[in-house]
Amino acid sequence: MRRTPLPPDALDDTDRALINRLQEGIAITQNPYAALGAEMGLSENEVLTRTERLRGIGALTRFGPFIDAAAMGGAFCLCAMEVPEDRFETVLTLVNAHEEVAHNYERVHRLNMWFVLACESEGEITRVADRIERETGVTVLRFPKLKEFFIGFRVSA
Amino acid sequence: MSIDATDRKILTATQGGLPLTPRPFAVVGSWIGLGEDEVIARVAAMQEKGIIRRIAAAPNHYALGMTANGMSVWDVADEMAEKLGAQVGALEFVTHCYLRPRALPDWPYNLFAMIHGANRDEVEAHRAEIQKLLGSACRGKDILYSTRILKKTGVRLRKEAS
Repeated sequence: MRRTPLPPDALDDTDRALINRLQEGIAITQNPYAALGAEMGLSENEVLTRTERLRGIGALTRFGPFIDAAAMGGAFCLCAMEVPEDRFETVLTLVNAHEEVAHNYERVHRLNMWFVLACESEGEITRVADRIERETGVTVLRFPKLKEFFIGFRVSA
Repeated sequence: MSIDATDRKILTATQGGLPLTPRPFAVVGSWIGLGEDEVIARVAAMQEKGIIRRIAAAPNHYALGMTANGMSVWDVADEMAEKLGAQVGALEFVTHCYLRPRALPDWPYNLFAMIHGANRDEVEAHRAEIQKLLGSACRGKDILYSTRILKKTGVRLRKEAS
């Protein structure tokens, strides 16, 4: 995924309006892009070619269904560890070796390693987190979500 | 909430993205042997049930110039947390917002809000806005900036239910 800003002239006003509108979601109908175009004063073809280009240049990371992963079955848990600096790389290797670790970030804090476990069940979350504690000798604090306030991913382009 | 094998086929087929063609649901149907009408009906039903939140684009914050982000965390009085959390989650610069259990004594914070901005000053200004919104219900705060992505595979759906 692109991690640097696009050049300032990469997007015109229509591109920006399209990025904003596409984040809201499309209608589930036979011709959703024609409907969206009609709403914005664009042809269906223009919606399609511009969206394709926006994806191509990395302005959009994806376009498709946003799934509530928990609704699909499965369990997720944010975890945090206080990893001693001199053991950071060793612990990192041990943690990342677990395929249940979906993503992992280093953060500036006493708790310096934050990762998400994605498992089939709550029981498996406990099992994997306990195993990471045994393997690393570092306590794994667990922060399962109690409630999600989902508005999500809206950026004014 | 649960889905059957056909719904699962639709979701796995579209995980990489919805086709950018005039009749995308007909194309998805052709991949998995379903008619366009059935795909549309099933996708609409899944959206109705909240399994699909919406069919939409995910912007790339970095490409759009929002290169700074921080995980802001707050200790909010429990009786106010749901109401205030919803308000924080609705702010345009907050991309994820969760209520989570505290881990006392190590961790007193129960509200997590991911803030994005063009730079760190902008993130801090947004953070001040959240603090103002929380008012006296806020008993403690911190912000954690990320320095490195150590792993990012995302959550992938398995093809078959296990």
